[in-house]
Amino acid sequence: MLEHYLSLATKAIFVENIALAFFLGMCSFLAVSKKVTTAIGLGAAVIFVLGITVPLNQILSAGFLKEGSLDWLGLPDVNLGFLTYLTLIGTIAAVVQIVEMVIDRFSPELYNALGVFLPLIAVNCAILGAALFMVNRDYTLGEATVFGLGSGVGWAIAIVALAAIREKLRYSNVPESLRGLGITFIVVGLMSLGFMAFSGIAL
Amino acid sequence: MASVQREVLLDPLINNNPIALQVLGLCSALAVTTKMSTAFVMSVAVIAVMALSNTAISLIRNMIPPNIRIIVQLTIIASLVIITDQVLQAFVYDISKQLTVFVGLIITNCIIMGRAEAFAMQNPPGLSFIDGIGNGLGYGLVLMAVAFARELLGSGKLFGVTILPLVTEGGWYQPNGLMLLAPAAFFLIGCFIWAVRSWKPEQVEEDFHVGALLEPGHEGNLR
Repeated sequence: MLEHYLSLATKAIFVENIALAFFLGMCSFLAVSKKVTTAIGLGAAVIFVLGITVPLNQILSAGFLKEGSLDWLGLPDVNLGFLTYLTLIGTIAAVVQIVEMVIDRFSPELYNALGVFLPLIAVNCAILGAALFMVNRDYTLGEATVFGLGSGVGWAIAIVALAAIREKLRYSNVPESLRGLGITFIVVGLMSLGFMAFSGIAL
Repeated sequence: MASVQREVLLDPLINNNPIALQVLGLCSALAVTTKMSTAFVMSVAVIAVMALSNTAISLIRNMIPPNIRIIVQLTIIASLVIITDQVLQAFVYDISKQLTVFVGLIITNCIIMGRAEAFAMQNPPGLSFIDGIGNGLGYGLVLMAVAFARELLGSGKLFGVTILPLVTEGGWYQPNGLMLLAPAAFFLIGCFIWAVRSWKPEQVEEDFHVGALLEPGHEGNLR
């Protein structure tokens, strides 16, 4: 059982890195990766939100939305699958809002570190993407938790690494029209190539 | 067509391309481009959702309370995406299966949110509709260009029709497998941006500006 979870986590963090293999969360990945400190802040916030929303969405999707999942209410024929997208994004937006308020109330230090990033995260496709993968792959609650946290850690590793590379990149002489976004893409491509070395690893 | 409308329609194609210059909507742009057919269906879906969401949001722009506008926009976009998804599943089931989660991810595609926020909230419905089509076409243009290179070099085909006969099938072309993998998408978009900016040097910014849009303190601009 433990091995199953470990292998799922390795897969989510390295082999199928959500940023480098599935291109999710690219907008903020490219935009907020200029400084390592900000990248760490955003990365932590993504881990946090993914760790909460993926299991929560799993409960909603398996308990209410899947075909036949309303059996316990005596409505075996009702299929609310078409509401999946709306539920997922609604849950994410609501959770982000609540988490922001809770952190603000109970841990001002954490709020100062994460606070500015939380609103950005509601529309980050990495969060919705992980939720959709979870629905597609029929994860159980335990698997969903591991997958959510693993994807978050993978995304955080990728953005911190990219930020570190970009800080060094400032000293390089890049061709004029490749500067900024162009070279960033090529760096991310090389990172993605590097992460492909993990493929095939299973615990 | 009046000049304002033409400008709104054509400007996003090259001069203000949503992917190359505004840096929006990259997630899906990279993932669905291994084949022309998936890229094409995705572009059509995004054009439809963006045109309709821009129109809908623009129609009620004076009634949306500013505090909850993001939720309102998300709900409208999500409903349109659900419709699009159902239509795709009904008519092009195979391709809809290949697109997997990326149809759903149109909801958080930053182009759509970005245009809703930046354009539809300030402009009348007609113009917003055209803006949606224009930005959708700009997005589709990049998608098709990347997919063209990836499918042709990676599997010797275009829209599934063999153009370069492969060695494995008795032809002469040795396919470049890298093109079908994730890194190639990054390289190709990087080179595409390089090409566009060499052609139009005024697009090179010292500090690339979506960074400023998404960064703390400026989030009101995009969100």
